[in-house]
Amino acid sequence: MSQKHTLVALVEDHPGVLNRVASLFRRRGFNIDSIAVGPTETEGVSRMTIVVDGATTQVEQVEKQLYKLIDVLKVSDITGDRMIARELALIKVRCNNLNRHEIVQLAQIFRAEIIDVTDTTLVVQVVGDEETIENLLAVLRPYGVREIARTGRVAMARGAVSTSVEPEPVEIRQFHRREGRMPQKALPFVSD
Amino acid sequence: MRLSGAQILLECLVREGVEIIYGYPGGVVLPLYDRFPQYPQIRHVLVRHEQGAAHAADGYARATGKVGVCLATSGPGATNLVTGICTAMMDSVPMVAITGNVARNLLGRDGFQEADITGITLPITKHNYLVMEAKDIAATVREAFYIASTGRPGPVLIDIPKDVFIEEAEFHWPEQVSLRGYKPTLDGHPGQIKKAAKLIDNAKRPVILAGHGVIASGGAPELRALAEKAGIPVITTFLGIGAFPQDHALSYAWLGMHGAYYANHAANNADVVIGVGMRFDDRAMGRFSDFNPTAQIIHIDIDPAEIGKNFKTAVPIVGDVKRVLAQLVQEVQPNTHVEWTRWIDDLRREHPSFIVPDTDGISMAYAIRQIYEATRGEAIIVTGVGQHQMWVGQHYTFRYPRQLISSGGLGTMGFEVPAALGVQMGRPDKVVWSICGDAGFQMTMQELATIVDQNAPVKLAIMNNGFLGMVRQWQELFYNHNYVAVDTKQALCQPDFVKIAEAYGIKALRVTEKEQVRAAIDEAMAHSGPVLIDFVVEQEENVWPMVPAGASLAETIDHPATAKKVRA
Repeated sequence: MSQKHTLVALVEDHPGVLNRVASLFRRRGFNIDSIAVGPTETEGVSRMTIVVDGATTQVEQVEKQLYKLIDVLKVSDITGDRMIARELALIKVRCNNLNRHEIVQLAQIFRAEIIDVTDTTLVVQVVGDEETIENLLAVLRPYGVREIARTGRVAMARGAVSTSVEPEPVEIRQFHRREGRMPQKALPFVSD
Repeated sequence: MRLSGAQILLECLVREGVEIIYGYPGGVVLPLYDRFPQYPQIRHVLVRHEQGAAHAADGYARATGKVGVCLATSGPGATNLVTGICTAMMDSVPMVAITGNVARNLLGRDGFQEADITGITLPITKHNYLVMEAKDIAATVREAFYIASTGRPGPVLIDIPKDVFIEEAEFHWPEQVSLRGYKPTLDGHPGQIKKAAKLIDNAKRPVILAGHGVIASGGAPELRALAEKAGIPVITTFLGIGAFPQDHALSYAWLGMHGAYYANHAANNADVVIGVGMRFDDRAMGRFSDFNPTAQIIHIDIDPAEIGKNFKTAVPIVGDVKRVLAQLVQEVQPNTHVEWTRWIDDLRREHPSFIVPDTDGISMAYAIRQIYEATRGEAIIVTGVGQHQMWVGQHYTFRYPRQLISSGGLGTMGFEVPAALGVQMGRPDKVVWSICGDAGFQMTMQELATIVDQNAPVKLAIMNNGFLGMVRQWQELFYNHNYVAVDTKQALCQPDFVKIAEAYGIKALRVTEKEQVRAAIDEAMAHSGPVLIDFVVEQEENVWPMVPAGASLAETIDHPATAKKVRA
């Protein structure tokens, strides 16, 4: 049903990288649903999880254009059955002494947690896929939702396959030391 | 060795082999200019507008294959480079642009002459840098030249705040460039090469579309070897002109909006289209949805993002064009396509396309043919953008790579004067003619001063029809002859170009009669310095053939002279 694609991009943790990625999407007219950025297991490398609508945007072009950015190290489309995708949302709901308990019970059904309580509000934290969050929001809306903060999707593939980069690009470094700046030989990385 | 940021930058430029910098000083780059006298190996050329610096560096790079370098101060200096940087980006020209910026403590505070030039140039550079510490300059310059000149070439901008030029740091020349996010693929995948060779061997009507990438990679000899071995007709794109000798038996000119009728139809009737170092641009291919729906496309390019961008590709090959072609030559079988080439030959006989019209006054085509003959086809030709550019493509026969220097992708009017300066300085051994439009010339004519300063013997030929010619042609054909803001001779001010040239101390001639054309060209050639010729040409000529914007190549409108003959 959905043509949503989840791309993971590993990028250099340099100033302005997010700007480069955002600028690329704007210029090429790529529609993105969400983008989430955070650090990775490798120092100096950040991970972007980008959700693209395949119905309006050529996903292959997104991947290729991302690769053209010097600061982008790796891009993979991890869409599929083997993907774990999660999003976190904080929802501030109106409440009173009469319905507070009811809201807490609803939250429990969604395995959401109550993070903050006042006499007029509750803050609910929920982790799940977009559908879970939308469903929870639907049941909370009648009570009065005052504020929503969502992270956007983060995702990874199940199993042993991982999207990661080596911390030290030894081959490249040694290659350039040997061959100088304008190598006449092929670089050790040759795409297939 | 402890040096100031300015010295480190200059040390790096010397090591990168930079001989010429086109620049314009200003407040924040003064610490850098202060150090120039210590580096006489680097020749600083003062332009008269920063746009000229970028175009001159671009022309130098296109003519030599080396990295062109331009330099500007912060704010307006930097923003004036933008058109030139974008021109280089669209045509994949290796360039390094260096800009100064306000001191670090003032960045982001809208101080005097601050512009966020890294932000501004983000989408029009291959990569850019804001260098915040003097110790980072060396590695940055190294990377910038590496990125600009390798893979698909392009402009790289380095922005340096004023106090970083002054700050001292230990200078180390980095021996290697280590960029884990940048690894251009150079060799074609052997499996894909085999697939392509098989497709070529089985083709009945193959055609090669050769682009600027053939020239940029130095792959012209390999292209010729492939075409000759497999007997494949070669058509170039406009920027690909020179990639294949146009007097070769297998050469069928160039395709596109004003390309040859027979080239457009050959591309549209081929069964295998081999795109080499080109990007299937709309000006070349016409309406995408109707381009030759049955052809199998082989696309060779160093930029994977170009493959599949506009067309479905049967065999994509990512790699350096020169290497891929060399691999492909080994794989294909010797072949000829007699019937197919005869089909195109017949079409060419019926529709010669590039016709010099029989006019009383001077037609641009006539003047360009005369320049071709006078220079025996050996000159480097620089053009502006518009009708004269198309006629240069049609009426000068180009035989060598880097012989036609023209802004294709961005279509930058005003490119012709400063670019010609850069070309001449890069190739002092060559005769350089700049064919200018009378409108484009006025956009950058201040660089005549720089041409005089450098004593660059550029021959400038203004094709003066008193109109913004290409715009006028469109208004005539597609806007019911409604001429708005195009008539520079009658309705608007047209300066006396001869007087302008003379004011700069440049020898100048005006030619109004057909019989004077050749003599004026010969006189210009005989003069050792720069010369300007104001060719007063036919006012309302149209460029034919033409593929109207948004039409398909099959709908190419032939030259009216031929169209009549064929019908009769």
